[in-house]
Amino acid sequence: MHIQEEYSERHVLSLTVSNEAGILARIAGLFTARGYNIDSLTVADITPDHAISRITIVTSGPPKVIDQIIAQLDRLVPVHKVTDLTDNGPFVERELALVKVAGVGEDRIEALRLADVFRAKVVDTTIESFIFEITGTTDKIDNFIGLMRQIGLVEVGRTGVVGLIRGKEPN
Amino acid sequence: MAEKSGADILVECLIDLGVEVVFGYPGGAVLPIYDALFNHPKIRHVLVRHEQGATHMAEGYARSTGKPGVVLVTSGPGATNAVTGITDALMDSIPMVVITGQVPTQLIGTDAFQEADTIGITRHCSKHNYLVKSPAKLAGVVHEAFHIATTGRPGPVVVDIPKNVQIATAPYEKPETFEHASYRPQIKADAGAIASAVEMLAAAERPIFYTGGGVINSGPEASELLREIAALTGAPVTSTLMGLGAFPASSDQWIGMLGMHGTYEANWAMNKADLIVCVGARFDDRVTGRLDAFAPFAQKIHIDIDRSSINKTVEVDLPIVADVASALSDMIALWKDRGHKAADLTEWWARIDGWRARNSLAYPESGEEIMPQEAIAQLYRASRSAKDVIITTEVGQHQMWAAQHFGFDEPNKWLTSGGLGTMGYGFPAAIGAQVGNPDSLVVCVAGDASIQMNIQEMGTASQYRLPVKIFILNNEYMGMVRQWQELTYESRYSNSYSDSLPDFVKLAEAYGWTGIRIEGPQELEAGIAQMIDTPGPVLVDCRVAKLSNCFPMIPSGAAHTDMLLDPSQVEGIMSDEAKALV
Repeated sequence: MHIQEEYSERHVLSLTVSNEAGILARIAGLFTARGYNIDSLTVADITPDHAISRITIVTSGPPKVIDQIIAQLDRLVPVHKVTDLTDNGPFVERELALVKVAGVGEDRIEALRLADVFRAKVVDTTIESFIFEITGTTDKIDNFIGLMRQIGLVEVGRTGVVGLIRGKEPN
Repeated sequence: MAEKSGADILVECLIDLGVEVVFGYPGGAVLPIYDALFNHPKIRHVLVRHEQGATHMAEGYARSTGKPGVVLVTSGPGATNAVTGITDALMDSIPMVVITGQVPTQLIGTDAFQEADTIGITRHCSKHNYLVKSPAKLAGVVHEAFHIATTGRPGPVVVDIPKNVQIATAPYEKPETFEHASYRPQIKADAGAIASAVEMLAAAERPIFYTGGGVINSGPEASELLREIAALTGAPVTSTLMGLGAFPASSDQWIGMLGMHGTYEANWAMNKADLIVCVGARFDDRVTGRLDAFAPFAQKIHIDIDRSSINKTVEVDLPIVADVASALSDMIALWKDRGHKAADLTEWWARIDGWRARNSLAYPESGEEIMPQEAIAQLYRASRSAKDVIITTEVGQHQMWAAQHFGFDEPNKWLTSGGLGTMGYGFPAAIGAQVGNPDSLVVCVAGDASIQMNIQEMGTASQYRLPVKIFILNNEYMGMVRQWQELTYESRYSNSYSDSLPDFVKLAEAYGWTGIRIEGPQELEAGIAQMIDTPGPVLVDCRVAKLSNCFPMIPSGAAHTDMLLDPSQVEGIMSDEAKALV
């Protein structure tokens, strides 16, 4: 017998939660209990009194499992609202990355040219290196990093995805 | 390559890793593994009566043999019953691998029958844990689990294997030795730190070695090296509860255990020392007493393989992150290299001898009743003539009396639950120790309350013809709870008495054991001799003075110098600040 790999798809989940100790561990635990990975996770408080945080989670899994995870997230006492952005019509998602590239001569010029195409900003430079700041979708950032790898990628830091539903209604 | 089932891969791995014994209990989610074991007579399976028993047996086996203990339990209740033992092994740094069955992968998260989130539950009480979702990954995980359990600061590792992963097939090849990507325990000490330590030791006027369970975990060589460095420097040696036996109690340099129920001389020497060399211990609250009064005059060197133990509660002057044996060996080599001689510690030893003269472990005589301390002392005298002796304990007054009045000269002979303080540890630990040391005399010193927490394992000892001895100091109380109520709550004995105790002798006989009752001082010597001489498992119900308390004692929140030496110093009330401490 062999174990069949299940079809899995990417979902972006947006949660608002009470800003309290242990909430992040509870949420992460729901995923790890099922052996599913969180691809990216962002947390920051979003209200003036610091009482509410938005957590954005990117995960991959079979649709049924994602549904179950959403239901269980919603059941956690400190969770206010869970939205599956992927399933709720058009939404905007953005990620920020800092990309360090080293090189001299023609490589340097090519790096700047590509950065211009991707609308990446130079936020640090030395004679032999740049740090670019780039925002966009995960795909766009992946592409930029892929190109920079051919030029002289040193390392990358990424924030993970944040997202909001398009239009005037809140998530 | 021919494929094997996950269950067969697991058993092959265990054989390749040199596992001889597994302590376990079958159930639905581990049936494929049990079937694989059926066909592999090389691995001995000890069938327990409760999964908690399996974990403590594995701990006893590990602590007494130096090999990792292996546990096999089913999903859900099998795994949750193992949690106390897993936590105990984490606190006392015992190498253990716990294999748990899990519901098949497609049912995980559905509240399936006997499903529990084992990985989630054990995350904070294990050194590491794994959920294995493919048989192809199983071999790598199992080998890694043993590597992690046994290296660095040892601890329990949980491997959760869904039932369909046990049945599904994959190729198996014994994995090559590997370098882990992130897990690299530091074994060798920084040379500069070793040099500083040697100079501090050579210059000290009032040095003391404060040693712990890390010396025992580091292996027999570490105990040898401790003896050597103690001989080279002439310094006194004290130890935590977990470290007893690493340094011989028969040595003149031994000043007894330190801490809450340690000796007067050990605690005063810590208080007045100018240099404390902490070797494989962790400044536990039972050891330090009130932190702001702890060792005020001493520079502190801390040798520990776990960097997070350093500066955790006590700031030290010289941290040395290393394996104890490696660090001691480096220190000894450099000490000799630099031609250091033992300093003249005559004055220091004169002060220690003064404290020793208080004879802090003395206890009142009683013509009528057996003093529990005397029962331990007699057990010690009687077992000295016996072959190799291993003592395990439960938790409470009897545990402290055993630590105080039984002398240990070798490591791996004293098995006790120090960090977690688990009642119910000692008896299964004795079974595990007996499995690993079939020719040793293994005695579980117990109390009437704690023995009942895993008493069902008497059946396990009967089944495997294990000649373990249970020596119950029966005072019909949860003695340590009663003692604290006397100290703190004006002797209001809220639920600390043992009512409806079984007839332990009849219970022993019901399990096919020999039961002996010792009722008065005149029966003590003969009763203990009979226990030792009787083949097979023996339970002794030794009736002791009911209201004896364990002294000396540093009440929680007090300084080393505020020891209570006898009951007359007990006031019966405490401040709320002191009450609130553990």
